[in-house]
Amino acid sequence: MAVTHGTSGADDPVAVVRLEGIEKSFFGVPVLRGVDLLLHAGEVHALVGENGAGKSTLLKVLAGVHRPDSGRIVVRDEEVSFTAPRDAQAAGIAIIHQEFTLLEHRTVAENVFLGREPVRRGQVDRRAMETQTRQLLDWLGEDGIEPGTEVARLSVARKQVVEIVKALSADAKVLAMDEPTAALADNEVELLYGLVRRLRDRGIAILYVSHRMREVFDLSSRITVLKDGAFVTCVPTADLDTDQVVRHMVGRPLEALYPERTSVPGAVRIALRGAGNERVRNLTFDVRAGEIVGLAGLQGSGRSAIARAIWGVEPFTTGTVELDGVPTRVTGPRTAVRKGIGYVTEDRKGEGLALRQSVRDNTLLVRRAACRGAAARQAADLTRLLGAVGVVARGPHQEVRYLSGGNQQKVVLGKWLAVRPRVLIVDEPTRGVDVGAKQTLYRLLRDLADDGMAILMISSELPELIGMSDRILVMHEGALAGVLPGGADEEAVMGLATGHQPGAVA
Amino acid sequence: MRARPRLADGTGPVLVVLLILLVGLAFAGPAYAEPGGYLALLKRAAPLVVLAVGQYFVIVSGGFDLSVGSLVTAEVVVAARLVNGDDANTGWVIALLLGCGILVGLVNGLITTKLLVPSFIVTLGMLLVLDGAVFLWSGGAPRGALSPSFRLIGRGSVDVPVLGQLPWSVIVLLVVVAAAVWFMRSGTGRTLLAVGDNENVVRLAGGRVDRLRLLAFVLSGLLASVAAILLAGFAGVSAQVGEGLEFRAITAVVLGGVLLGGGRGSVVAAAAGALSLEALFSLLNLLGVSGALESAVQGVIIIAAVAYAAHGAGLWRVLRPHRPVPDTA
Repeated sequence: MAVTHGTSGADDPVAVVRLEGIEKSFFGVPVLRGVDLLLHAGEVHALVGENGAGKSTLLKVLAGVHRPDSGRIVVRDEEVSFTAPRDAQAAGIAIIHQEFTLLEHRTVAENVFLGREPVRRGQVDRRAMETQTRQLLDWLGEDGIEPGTEVARLSVARKQVVEIVKALSADAKVLAMDEPTAALADNEVELLYGLVRRLRDRGIAILYVSHRMREVFDLSSRITVLKDGAFVTCVPTADLDTDQVVRHMVGRPLEALYPERTSVPGAVRIALRGAGNERVRNLTFDVRAGEIVGLAGLQGSGRSAIARAIWGVEPFTTGTVELDGVPTRVTGPRTAVRKGIGYVTEDRKGEGLALRQSVRDNTLLVRRAACRGAAARQAADLTRLLGAVGVVARGPHQEVRYLSGGNQQKVVLGKWLAVRPRVLIVDEPTRGVDVGAKQTLYRLLRDLADDGMAILMISSELPELIGMSDRILVMHEGALAGVLPGGADEEAVMGLATGHQPGAVA
Repeated sequence: MRARPRLADGTGPVLVVLLILLVGLAFAGPAYAEPGGYLALLKRAAPLVVLAVGQYFVIVSGGFDLSVGSLVTAEVVVAARLVNGDDANTGWVIALLLGCGILVGLVNGLITTKLLVPSFIVTLGMLLVLDGAVFLWSGGAPRGALSPSFRLIGRGSVDVPVLGQLPWSVIVLLVVVAAAVWFMRSGTGRTLLAVGDNENVVRLAGGRVDRLRLLAFVLSGLLASVAAILLAGFAGVSAQVGEGLEFRAITAVVLGGVLLGGGRGSVVAAAAGALSLEALFSLLNLLGVSGALESAVQGVIIIAAVAYAAHGAGLWRVLRPHRPVPDTA
C-alpha cells in the first residue's frame, strides 16, 4: 500500500526540504556525520536507526533547536539557517513530539491558536478561532472533535490530532512525527494511519520516525537509515524487507547476537526450597555456578518479586534459601550484598545509578557502601573493572548521566563486579539499550557465567531470554509453571506463562 | 587507579570570584598591600568557613541545617556563664560545647531520618527552640565572662617561622578544611554525595543511608560548636552573636556552586564561597558601603548563585531579551 505514492512516476516529485551533509557534534563527540535527507511533498518518509543513531538530533536540527556545525538546509530551493524553533515554524516545518505540548485546561481551539490568537476590538475573537479550527479539522476528516472541548477530556489519539492541527494552522508543510504510536492503544494506531495518509494526500511531507518496522512498512514510501550518526541509505520501501532494514541499521546480521552456551554448570550456588511470601509461593529451584537461568512470565507474575525476595527487600516468609549449600536468611540489601548477591534492577535511573556522580564513584559505590575497611578503600583495579565491562566514556570522572543507556548499564554491572558476587540477578538488563550494546552485554553476562557466577536473568523480551538462558523458569500467577530448556520456542514459554499448558517439570 | 588532583565540578567559578575580590581588596585598602591584611581576613572568615563546611555536608546529602546560627549563640552564652572568667574552666567547657553540638546534630538527624520530617522543618524548629532557650536562660543579657585562655583560640596567634604571627583560628580553619577534603575523598564521603544524588541507589547498593545522613547533621553541629568557640573569642559574648549565620553559611555554600538538594559540589568550593563572602563584605566596607546593605547583598548573591547553578554559562542567553521560544509548535 502507498508504496509508489510521490516517489517515481511521470510527474517529478516536489522537494520541500533538503538536508545536505548535516554535521553536528556535542562536546567534541560527533552525533551527526554528514546526513542527507530529501523530503517530497505528499510522501511519508520513514527515518529509522538504532537508539543513538542520531534520529532525534536530526529532528532537532530540522526543528531549529540545534544549529548544525556544517551542512545546508534547503527549504523550497532556498537555503535557510534556523537560529530558533520559531524560524523553522515560519518555514513551515513542525515537529510532533511524543510528549504533547498542549495546555490541558484550555479548549481545542485555544490550544491551536495559542500565542497567535485572532483579535477583534482588543479581545480574543473566539468565534473566528473556533471556526478556523473547525475548518482545519474538517479538512483532515476529523469531525469527531469539537473546537470548544477542553483538551483534558480528549483521548491521547485525539490530543495528537489537536497537536497536528495546531501545526497545520501555523501553515506547516512538513510534519516530523517522533514515535507517534508510542502512546497509542492498538485500535488508535489504525486511526493514526488514516490521518497520516490523509495528510499525505493533501500534499504534506511527513517524516515518520519509528522503531516499529510494521508501521514503517505500512505507511512509508521511502526509508532513510541512519547508523552511528551517518547516512546509510535511502531507498523506496517497496525494494526492501524488514530483515534488510534491520541489517542496514545494525550493520551486521543478527544471528550472532547471542553468545554460544559454552559453560558447564558447576555446584549449586543458590537454592530455593519451597520459598514463598505474599506475592510468590512454593518456589523450588537451583541456580548453579556457570549457569544463566532465565525467569519468564507476564507482568505481575512474580518474576521481579522473586528477585526482591532473594534480595531481602520483601523477604520470603516460608521455605528456605541456601547459598552454596548453607541455609541463609537475607534481611535486606546490605546483607544480600555481603552474602555475595548482586542485583541489577529494572529501573536503571531510579535504582541503579547516582546520575550526577562520576563513572568512578558509581562503579565503586557498592564496595564503598557495603564493605568495610580495607576492602572498601582498595580501588586499584578500577581500570581493569571498567575495561572488563567495556564502558566507553571520556574518562572515569565523567558523570554517568552523559553516557548512553548501554554504557550506563555497563557501569551498573561494573558496580556489582567490584564486589565479585557469587549470584547475580539481572532484571531487564538490556532495556533502553541499542542493539550493539545489547550484544556486548550478552557477551559479558556469558563471560561472567563462564567465570563461575550463577546468573538469574529476568526479561520481558522473549527472544533475549530464550537466546541467553541455559534453562528457563516460567512463572504464572506467583508460582512456577514449568521449566524449559534453553532455546525453547516462544509458544512453549507463552503457553506456560499464560497458564494454557500444564507445567512440564516443577 | 590513582586520581590525580583535579577541581571538582563548579569549583572554578567561585575561585575566580574569590581571586577578583582579593585583587579588588589590594586596590581598595592599604592594609591589603602586605600578607598581614589577608591573614586578618582569613582570621575574620574562619568561623564562617567552618560553618560553611558543616553546612556543606548537610546540603550535599540533600538537606538543610538552619539551626547552626542559634546553636552558635546558645553555645557562646552558655560558655560565658559556665567559664565565668576562670581559666580552670576552659578545658571542660570546650569539651562540653563540642558535645552539645554533636547532640544537637544527633537530634536534628534522628528526627529527619527516623520521623521523616523534612530537615528544613526540623532545623527550623531547632532554631526556634534554641533561641527560646537562650532567652529564657539569659533573660536577654548574657551573664558571666570568658577566660583569657578560652578567648585565645579566636583571638590569639602563635609565632611561626616565615609568616610571623599565625592566628590560632587560621590554623583551626586549615585543619577543618583539610580534614573535610580528606573525608570527601574517602569512600564514606563519596557515598554521602551519592545519597544526595539518589538515596535509593545507595540503599540498594547496601549502604546505610540513614546513618550517612545522621553523620552529616552531627558534623554540622560539631563544626557549629567549633565556629562558636572561634566567634566567642573573636567577637565577644552577646545574645546576637550567631544571628543570621545559618543563612550566611547557606549563601556561602551556594556561592560555592553546591547544588541545593544535594549530589553535587565540592567542599573546597564551599569554603571558597565563605571566604569570598567575607572578602566581599570587607571590600564593601572599604568602599564605604553601609554595613546595613550586607544582608541585601547576601540576598542578591544567593538568588544569583542558584540561578547560575541552574543555567550555568547559559544564564546570559536566558536573560537576553529575545529569548528563543521553547521547542513547541
